[in-house]
Formats: sequence, structure tokens, C-alpha cells
Amino acid sequence: MGDYPSRSENATAGDLGVTESHTRAAGLGVSPSSYEEPPFGGGGALPKKKRFSMESGFRGLSVGAGAMVLVIIVAIAVFLISKAVPAISADKENFLTFKQWFPNETEPRFGILALAFGTVLTSVIALLVAVPIALGIALFLSHYAPKRLATPLGFVIDLLAAVPSVVFGLWGRDVFMEPVRNFSEWLNKYFSWIPIFGGDGPFGRSVLLGSLVLAIMVLPIVTSLSREVFLQTPGMNEEAALALGATKWEMIRTAVLPYGKPGVIASVMLGLGRALGETIALALTLGVVFNISFNVIENGGNSIAANIANAFGEANETGRGALIASGLVLFAITLVVNMAARAIIYRRREFRDSAA
Amino acid sequence: MTLLQNEASDVVMTPDNIRTRKLPVAYNIGIAVAALAIAAAIVFPTGIGNWVLVVVLGVVFYLIGLQVIAGRIEGPRAARNRMWQAAIYCACVLAILPLASVVWTLVSKGVSRLDGDFFGSSMNNIGARDPNGGAYHAIIGTLEQVGIAALMAVPLGVLGAIYLVEYGKGKFAGTVRFFVDVMTGIPSIVAGLFVLSFWVLIVSPWFNNGTPQFSGFAASLALTVLMLPTIVRSTEEMLRLVPGPLREGAYALGVPKWKTIVKVVLPTALPGIVTGVMLAIARAAGETAPVLLVAGGAAAINFDPFSGGQQSLSLFVYQQAADASRYAPARAWTAALTLVALVLVLTIAAKLLARRSSLR
Amino acid sequence: MAKRIEASNVSSYYGNFKAIDGISMTVEPKTITALIGPSGCGKSTFLRSINRMHEVLPNARIEGRLTIDDQNIYDPDVDVTAVRRLIGMVFQRPNPFPTMSIYENVVAGLKLNGVKKKSVLDDAAEQSLKSANLWNEVKDRLNRPGAGLSGGQQQRLCIARTIAVEPQVVLMDEPCSALDPISTLAIEDLMFKLKDRFTIIIVTHNMQQAARVSDKTGFFSIDKTGDPGRLIEYDDTQKIFSNPSEKKTEDYITGRFG
Repeated sequence: MGDYPSRSENATAGDLGVTESHTRAAGLGVSPSSYEEPPFGGGGALPKKKRFSMESGFRGLSVGAGAMVLVIIVAIAVFLISKAVPAISADKENFLTFKQWFPNETEPRFGILALAFGTVLTSVIALLVAVPIALGIALFLSHYAPKRLATPLGFVIDLLAAVPSVVFGLWGRDVFMEPVRNFSEWLNKYFSWIPIFGGDGPFGRSVLLGSLVLAIMVLPIVTSLSREVFLQTPGMNEEAALALGATKWEMIRTAVLPYGKPGVIASVMLGLGRALGETIALALTLGVVFNISFNVIENGGNSIAANIANAFGEANETGRGALIASGLVLFAITLVVNMAARAIIYRRREFRDSAA
Repeated sequence: MTLLQNEASDVVMTPDNIRTRKLPVAYNIGIAVAALAIAAAIVFPTGIGNWVLVVVLGVVFYLIGLQVIAGRIEGPRAARNRMWQAAIYCACVLAILPLASVVWTLVSKGVSRLDGDFFGSSMNNIGARDPNGGAYHAIIGTLEQVGIAALMAVPLGVLGAIYLVEYGKGKFAGTVRFFVDVMTGIPSIVAGLFVLSFWVLIVSPWFNNGTPQFSGFAASLALTVLMLPTIVRSTEEMLRLVPGPLREGAYALGVPKWKTIVKVVLPTALPGIVTGVMLAIARAAGETAPVLLVAGGAAAINFDPFSGGQQSLSLFVYQQAADASRYAPARAWTAALTLVALVLVLTIAAKLLARRSSLR
Repeated sequence: MAKRIEASNVSSYYGNFKAIDGISMTVEPKTITALIGPSGCGKSTFLRSINRMHEVLPNARIEGRLTIDDQNIYDPDVDVTAVRRLIGMVFQRPNPFPTMSIYENVVAGLKLNGVKKKSVLDDAAEQSLKSANLWNEVKDRLNRPGAGLSGGQQQRLCIARTIAVEPQVVLMDEPCSALDPISTLAIEDLMFKLKDRFTIIIVTHNMQQAARVSDKTGFFSIDKTGDPGRLIEYDDTQKIFSNPSEKKTEDYITGRFG
């Protein structure tokens, strides 16, 4: 990989020269300042292939740009590790199993466990809420709604996917918290015998609020990807099911859902990736408590990303390193989730291409 | 007698049993009304909840009632069909409610500070008791940061896509493509941390007498990391739509490959590429987390993205949301409205452009 | 168990576009009827109207009367899923469910209809595959994906899937147009065999095929693009191909048209 940048440097040099020679060859007139290129080839012979032609230059540039992606991914890992290692070695507790976060003290003590737990908990609840609804909407858009309604509604869903997360966070804190608090109190009143709805309050800035806001945010993503997948179901398979006497729902069960299953799984995992990394919305809605608790309605909850946003302001050098270390863990988790999702999509694509 | 007539006679159709009873619309409405009435009768006298619970229980009762009564009249298959259809419609309504609430709040709370002062002044020397103050500096910051990020990400992304479509073959191209996809899923805060550890903490001290320095440019770098994969993917898709014969026609005229790409392929795919770029820009403009970590978020106007902290609209929203001043929420909501307007205008323009593109 | 189908004055529409106009014909039980004609003349539309697959497309509707043994299948109280089980359909391109095995494909219709007993499903799968002349080729790999078969085998799999629910009429919409000549021959052989049990209506572009397999032939045509398709002539296949009474039919048969 190391030799790409140098190759593209040569390329740029070749670049200019050939452009000029081309203009001349086309007879468009020579600009007086034009750069004289050494003559190539011998008299009468066919022009030889040049060593540093525009072609290889352009090619080198594009290869370099492609390689840049890999460089960035590797660089992310390298630089995060380089800043995380000193902080982790200064940690007086086990980074992986300690639940508290005091990295700014003279004896830094911090651990990722509670944060990682909170990240996974909020994301999983968000997906449990969002996925069934998202699949419902996706099916509505692809198979139930008349086209006149499906097109604008799909457009709106796409727009919602573009709304910045800070807006959802602000809405969650200023508007949605009140109904969620009332709902939490209601749950606590009648269902406190279920541990996740127990506790004595206060309620509101809870895992439930954070997860629901997160659910609303991943909903458009899962919906629009699943809708794409459902729309790709071959019409002839749907007709085959209908011709066998299937009702509409049975047709969906027989033809649409099995065909779309890998795509739906992938879209859910991409939604999960998004939920795991979501920062600002959770920083604005979670109650910031460093513990491991399944209680979803009491004030509390935390996540790796939200903690980075919350704690960054007053972090000293070790504090920053600790936050970077937690970011490294988040990076690793999302990398695994995303790679799994992409692997599913790739396998499906090959399957589809070979079957077609 | 055939196998099915012996074993599963109801499966075999004859012209005499193709008729069925249908659930009259009046029944359907009746079930709905009855379900709501039963729910209300349970909820209100016992005092276990308010109208929300009535609606929720009502829907549940409706679905059950529909399944049972339609099952009696039309048979279980048709009933299941009906129930799932109703459930899917309910999912839509359920999702639209919060989304509508977001939009409504955004507009109703956002207009309160939609004035000249908001767009003409910064937060410099604005204390907790001052009702005025604006987002001028934040708008400047967003435009500069996103603009610089686009200047870096667009050439890189388009070239990367050209590599994948025109030159890339074999394992290396496959690896690049895979990691471009993976990179789209990198959390924005991780991109921020990367730029923090790489640029702010390691590189920027070289330019600033040894002390690390926040800057708008650092935010641009983080946004570039986020925009790059999106641009590569969308451009790649558009380049693949360019018909092969168009390329071959140029090759046949003796045009070199690079020139074919620059003069024939790129212009053909241009509207689609621009669409992808605009969507990426829209997404980047809304990012808060990376800017929070590396831009510094100054209260005063700073036109220089290379030195000193800079504000951005999304970060402004976040900071005002966390501010204790009683005037802060109004500023936060108006800034949020401005931000959403910016993002939506970009997105809608991109989608309209995509619709006009000749390749789709 | 095959039944008589009568169409009287059937017209089909896609939105405002009238695709076929006033088709009337009677199809006798246990015969093969071929519908021929130039592209776009409404043969497939008419075929799809017979098992109400026409209305799957948005804004599609139909006028006129289509009966099977005097039961109008367009009566409002008729269950459309029952009609489609009664009148099965095989499509132009083989369309086995890509996610299902060969076995699952064959029994898909039965499973939809609530048949759960393994022994019944197994027997039905074997019977249908045997009837479709496919059993010997696939009996060792019933659990392999249906999409792995050759085109001709896939089409016979689709026929097996269609007849597994024991319909009375089988509609075939250009079933051989995507197949090579040998596979086509296999399907034609199969049609002769199935004729003993089912009423078969086949749409085909291939006049030789119509002449080879069918008892009766209907010739559809349009005057010009945009006009609805009409049934020009409907008679015994032998008569249509040797001595048609309409000039248009003769022109088409002898290749002077379309």
C-alpha cells in the first residue's frame, strides 16, 4: 500500500504535459506559455508507450484515492490506539470491568463496562421498538399503499433520515420527556413487579426515553432500506404466489419476506450500527448514571458516545485518553456490526446475481 | 378420488365452492367502535389510565375482534390477511405521530427567534440574562467547515469511485469496496476522536508554538472522513449506470481511457454525482459530535477556519440546549429550525436533481 | 374434474386503456386451446382475466361475463383466492420461489392452504412431480434450491407446483418462450399427458406449437397499435391452420402479417 502516494505524485507531473500535447494534436492552437515536452518515438515509427503518461497518472491518482479509504480506516485505529494506550496504562482499575469513570483525578480510575452495557441496552431496545414498525411501514410503502401515496410518503421518510440527530435530541428533551415520564409513572404504578419497571423514581431521563428517541431516529433508515429490498422482489414470484391462491398477506409471507430476509437483516444491522454510535441525542436525553441496571424507567442510563460528549469538556489529558479509549471500543463494536451487515449484503448480492 | 380429495378435501376447489361470505364494512366499523367502547369501559371506571390507554387497548381489541369475527365469516386465511393489513396501517400511524410532533415543535418553537438579530449577531458578550444573541458565527462556521470538507472529500471520493468502476479489479478493489461500505457505518464521534488525536493533539501544535489548537479545519477533516464513503458509494453507483457502449464509442475513436472518463463518463453521470455530493453535504452539515470534539465552539465570530475555535450550527444547538439561561431554549430551537431548513433544502434539491437525471 | 369455461363479451381495461374488446368463446373440458396472434393483441390479458390475475395490476378491471360451469367468477361474493386455486397458471418465464427448495416449491400451494401433514405433502409432491415428468430428474435432490435447475426443469417444476393444488383448469402464458427446443418438446409432451385431467389454455407465439398441441385455436388481432385486441376467429385447430374462414387469420398463418 505504501507505494501509492509516490506513484500518484509522478502521475501529476505527467498529467500536465500530456494535456498540452493533446490540445496541440487536435490543432486547437498552442498557447505561448505551453510547456515543451520532449519528443517521443522515432521519426516515422509508431509512438511508443510513454512511461509517465497521462493515463498512468490518472490511474495512479484514482488508485491512490481508493487506497485512501483503507489508509483512513487504518489511521483511525492507529491514532486511537496511540492515544488510548497511555491512558489505559495509567488506569488504576481494570478498563474492561470497572464501572465508574474518574479519569481526571490524580489516581485515574475508569472502566468501560457500564458504558458498553448502556450502549448495547439502549440500542437493542431501540431496535426492538423500531424494527417491527419500520417493517410495517416498508411493507405499506412497497405493497399496500397506492402509488400516489407511497411515493410522497417514501420521500418524507427519506427526508426524515436526513434530520440531524441534535434536533431529535432537543425534541426528546424538551417535548418527549413529559409523556415518557407520565408513561413511566404509569408503568411503575401498575407493573413495578416487573424488575425493569421497578424503582422509586424520579422517572423521565431514562433508558426508555433515550431508546425511544433512538428508535424514532433509526426508523427512517431501516424503513427506507427495507422498502428498497421489498420493492426488488421479482414480480413474477409475487404473481406465482397469487396464482396459487395466496391472499395478499400469504403472498408477502411466501414471496416477499423470504426474498427480502437477508436485506432486512442487513438493514437492521446498519440501523444497529447507527444506534450504537449515536451521540448527541443520547447525551441530551439520558440521565448519566454509571451503573449496570436493567431498570428502563428510572433516571439513568449512559452510553459510550454520550459519555464522550458529556465528559469531553472537563477532561484533562488522561481524561481525553480515556475517552479516546472508550471510542476505540465503540469503533471496534461498530466495525464488527457493520462488517457483518456488509458481509450479509455481499453474499446476498452474489446469490442474486447467480440466480438471475 | 385424488390424493387431496381424500386427505385435504377443503383444498380442492370446484366451481360450486368458490363463493364466500365477505365481512361487511358495517361489521368492520362496528368492531372498531365496540373495541373502543370496551376499552373505555375498562379504563375509565377503574381509573387505570387516560385516553391514550383507551386508544391502545382499543386497537388491540379491534385486531383481536377482527381476527375472531372475520375468521367466523370469511375463514381464517382471509381473517389473517385482514388483521395483518390493519396492523401494518397501525404501524404507519404510530410512526407518523412522533415524527409529526418533531416537525410541529420545530416550527412552532423555532419561529420565536426568527429575527434579524439572530442571523446578524454572534453570542459574543451575551450573558445568561441577555435575551438576544444569535447564530451568525455558527452559520459562518457551518458553511466554512462543510465547504472545506466538500473541497477535500469530493475530488477524493470521485477519484476513488472512478478507481472502483474503471480501474479496480481483483482483490484489492474488492477490499476497498468492502471497507468503503464499512466506513459508511463509522460513528461520527469516532471520526471526531480520530481527528482529535491525529490533528488537534499531534499535528496542530506544530503550527501553534507547541500547544494543541481547536479549529474549524479540524472539523472539516472529521466531516471529510464522514463524507468520503458516502460520496464514493453514490458516485460509484452513478458511474456504473453509464452505458458501456458510450465508453466503447470513445475508445473506438482512439480517445485514451482517462480522457474518456473525464470527457464522456463523468459528464454523463454528473447529475447523479452532484446528487450524491449534496446528500453527503446535507448529512455532514447536521453532524454535531465530531465538531464538538475538535472545533472548540467559540462564542465570537471567527472567519479563519485554520486558527482558533469556531462554532457550527449543530454545535450551537447542542450548547444552547445545555445552557441554563432561560433564553437559551428559544435560541436552540431557532438554530435547529435553521439547520433543518438548510439540510432539507439540500436534500430536496438533491432528490429533485436525481429525478431529472437522464440515467435513472 | 376439468370444467367448461365460457366467456361472453369480455372486455379488459388498464385504467382507461381498453386492452381487449368483447371476447366470447367457450372452452370445452379436457381440451387444449391455443390462443395465437401478434404481440400486444391481448391474448395474455384475456388469459389473465380467466383466473382474475388481471386485477393484480393497478387500475385493471374487466367487463362482461366469465363463467366456469355456469358460476360467474367475477360475482362479488366469489373468493378470488379460490378462483385462482381452481384455475392454476403457469407463467412465461419459469418463476420458482428462489428461497425455497424443489420440494418446498411444489408443496408451497398446499402449505398456504393449511395442509400440514407430512405424509400428504410428501405424496402430493411426488405425484405432482411425476405428473410433471420431473420426478426422475429431481427425486435425489428435493432439498436443493429450485433455482439450481435448468430452465426447462424449472418450468416443469412450476407446472408441478401449479397442479399440486389440483386445479381444474391450467392456464399457460407462453410457457416455452424462454426455453430451448428440447425443453419445449418436453413441455409439449407434458401438455398431452395433462390433458386427461385438466382443461388447458395456452397462449403461444409459436404457430407450430399451437398446431401441434391444441384441439382448438383462437386467433387474436388488433387493427392498429392502441386499439383493443379482438378475437378474430375461434375454431378447430385443424380448420384454422388449413382452411381459416377469415382473411386476417389466413394472412397471419401464412406469414403475411405480424
